[in-house]
Amino acid sequence: MEFLPQVIFLILLSVSGFFITKSILRIRRNILLGRDVNLYDRPRERLKMMVLVALGQKKMFKKPLPAILHLFVYLGFIIINIEVLEIIIDGLFGTHRIFAPVFKGLYPSLINIFEFLAISVLVSCAIFLVRRNIIKVKRFDGEEMKRWPKLDANLILSIEIFLMICFLSMNTSDGILQSRGSEHYISTGDFFFTSFLKPLFNGLGTSELIFIERFGWWAHIMGIFAFAMYVFTDSKHLHIFISFPNTYFSKLDPAGRLSNMPEVTKEVKLMLNLPVDSGNENVAPGRFGAKDVQDLTWKNLMEAYSCTECGRCTSQCPANLTGKKLSPRKIMMDTRDRLEEVGRNIEANGKDHQDGKSLLGDYITVEEIMACTTCNACVEACPVNIDPVSIILQLRRFKIMEESQAPAAWNGMFSNIENNFAPWKFSPSDRLNWVQKLNQ
Amino acid sequence: MSENMINVPTMAELAAKGVTPEILFWVGCAGSFDERAKSITAAFVKILNKLSVNFAVLGTEESCTGEPAKRAGNEFLFQVQAVSNIEVLNAYGIKKIVTACPHCFNTIKNEYPELGGNYEVLHHSEFLQQLINEGKIKLQGGGEFKGKKITYHDSCYLGRSNNIYEAPRKVLEILDAELVEMKRSRTKGLCCGAGGAQMFKEPEPGFKDINIERTEEAIGTGAKVIAAACPFCMTMLSDGVKNKEKESEIKVYDIAELIAKYEGL
Repeated sequence: MEFLPQVIFLILLSVSGFFITKSILRIRRNILLGRDVNLYDRPRERLKMMVLVALGQKKMFKKPLPAILHLFVYLGFIIINIEVLEIIIDGLFGTHRIFAPVFKGLYPSLINIFEFLAISVLVSCAIFLVRRNIIKVKRFDGEEMKRWPKLDANLILSIEIFLMICFLSMNTSDGILQSRGSEHYISTGDFFFTSFLKPLFNGLGTSELIFIERFGWWAHIMGIFAFAMYVFTDSKHLHIFISFPNTYFSKLDPAGRLSNMPEVTKEVKLMLNLPVDSGNENVAPGRFGAKDVQDLTWKNLMEAYSCTECGRCTSQCPANLTGKKLSPRKIMMDTRDRLEEVGRNIEANGKDHQDGKSLLGDYITVEEIMACTTCNACVEACPVNIDPVSIILQLRRFKIMEESQAPAAWNGMFSNIENNFAPWKFSPSDRLNWVQKLNQ
Repeated sequence: MSENMINVPTMAELAAKGVTPEILFWVGCAGSFDERAKSITAAFVKILNKLSVNFAVLGTEESCTGEPAKRAGNEFLFQVQAVSNIEVLNAYGIKKIVTACPHCFNTIKNEYPELGGNYEVLHHSEFLQQLINEGKIKLQGGGEFKGKKITYHDSCYLGRSNNIYEAPRKVLEILDAELVEMKRSRTKGLCCGAGGAQMFKEPEPGFKDINIERTEEAIGTGAKVIAAACPFCMTMLSDGVKNKEKESEIKVYDIAELIAKYEGL
């Protein structure tokens, strides 16, 4: 019986580990449904980008207040993992504060750092909840932010607050039990922050304190296991992991450079009787542009999973600001929702199942993609280097090259370019007429 | 040809003489055909002439870069245009291109290399900045813009697309004017609404047109001159000023026009 807690702990650890692994494999499979694109060049530049943008939060600091609050939560998350490691070892071996003898005199300082971070995470998350639900910061609102996305955000913040309360209660009662010389509660020296909380629990008996300490310990670690599973299911919180590879595989070219389609280059060169470059002869013309998620690149799909729904993109989008239906955030969220749906179809009905739906049409409307000015404000704004313009352009390509459904005015522009070599209806022989005016 | 005649040689004329100019001035469709943008072209050519820059244009051999077609999603038409233009440019052995259009600039600089077109490409704001740095355009003091409030509108295709924020501002500095920034400037600059082939169709339904939103912001700075560096922005902002019935008091100029005026050209 004395090993029962350890056995229970091991079972819970394994179960959550199993589900997390399953989820990671599911996400990986979904991302790899996208078209291949080679982003393995320039590793040094990529590493630098990842260190600055993901690890260093560089782009978050365009908005100082949320950046600082987010930094606390982020540092708290990373550093408290040392504490989680201790808890896991304690849980598996039935020890208590296994790091205390290891760190000796430094141990209280270590715990003090954790406690400081726990309090700052708690306060930051509370402020975030206020910003979302009471102040109602505009960018957290919008057509795509109803129901689940809204609940998801509030759940994440509430769970984090709950975890920190567990952690702080555990340390507070532990501190009192130490001073009472309880067996099992080794003396580590005072914890600075929770010593202020002791008056809350001082009147309690030892057995009640042990219950609170144990409850806090179990709830905290079980909460972490559950939260970890939650992160990998269908939550925006996945960004805490995937923003690292996502920034590593960032577009390193100038933002203004849109991809050229090699399969088109071959056709064009043949048409113009020009030699086709070696390496381009065998580019199989698949579908031009993107109708569904499988037509996008794996990078586009990884970006859909990286989106944290913060709305910085949409709040900077000139089309959205002036009342158009386009919202870059919705483009990313729709891509993710459709990708998850395609993934579920594969699980239920096999790899080649067609459900008769597609990203363009069932999720993203033509009206949305037509409103984009390709101004790159969304790309500039995104704290994790997501590029919605890339998806919008590929959807436009499908609409225009596969379905020949351009707005009438664009068709006019196309035929002007084809016939007059300018997007307007002027005679190409008049192209130099502006010179005549110069010397009048 | 008289002393005061402004000379615009074409590549074909120079090639016939066996001469290669130092730079090709890529005029672009707006700069060639659009009434308002032609003044920008004229102003820039006057500057080139005054400073005896060795340049030429393609003239009737120039053709749309394909930029609006590409952004609209017509990659095929874009590449037909691009590959044809690259054939012409490479046949003339062009090394360096200057253009007053950020859209042409971005496409030739960033999208042509993969299709076989490798050139040193400058936007005219960068080129003018170089002339200033080299002391060829000097601060003379005075001039009609001294102390006047000017606001500069960042073109997306210069700014966010290619990180060119300082060159146009450096050019404006020489005017000795008071540069007032809009709240949304540089990386946060608000688009004029013309990019991504929007120039060539009506906007989607919304409660306001993007260019009106931007013009209101520009007018809000109290500036009497709105400086642009792009023919599309020029159209959008001029329309915005007309819409607000402010065209008699607020002028929209391209940076090349401002320099030409400053130099008395």
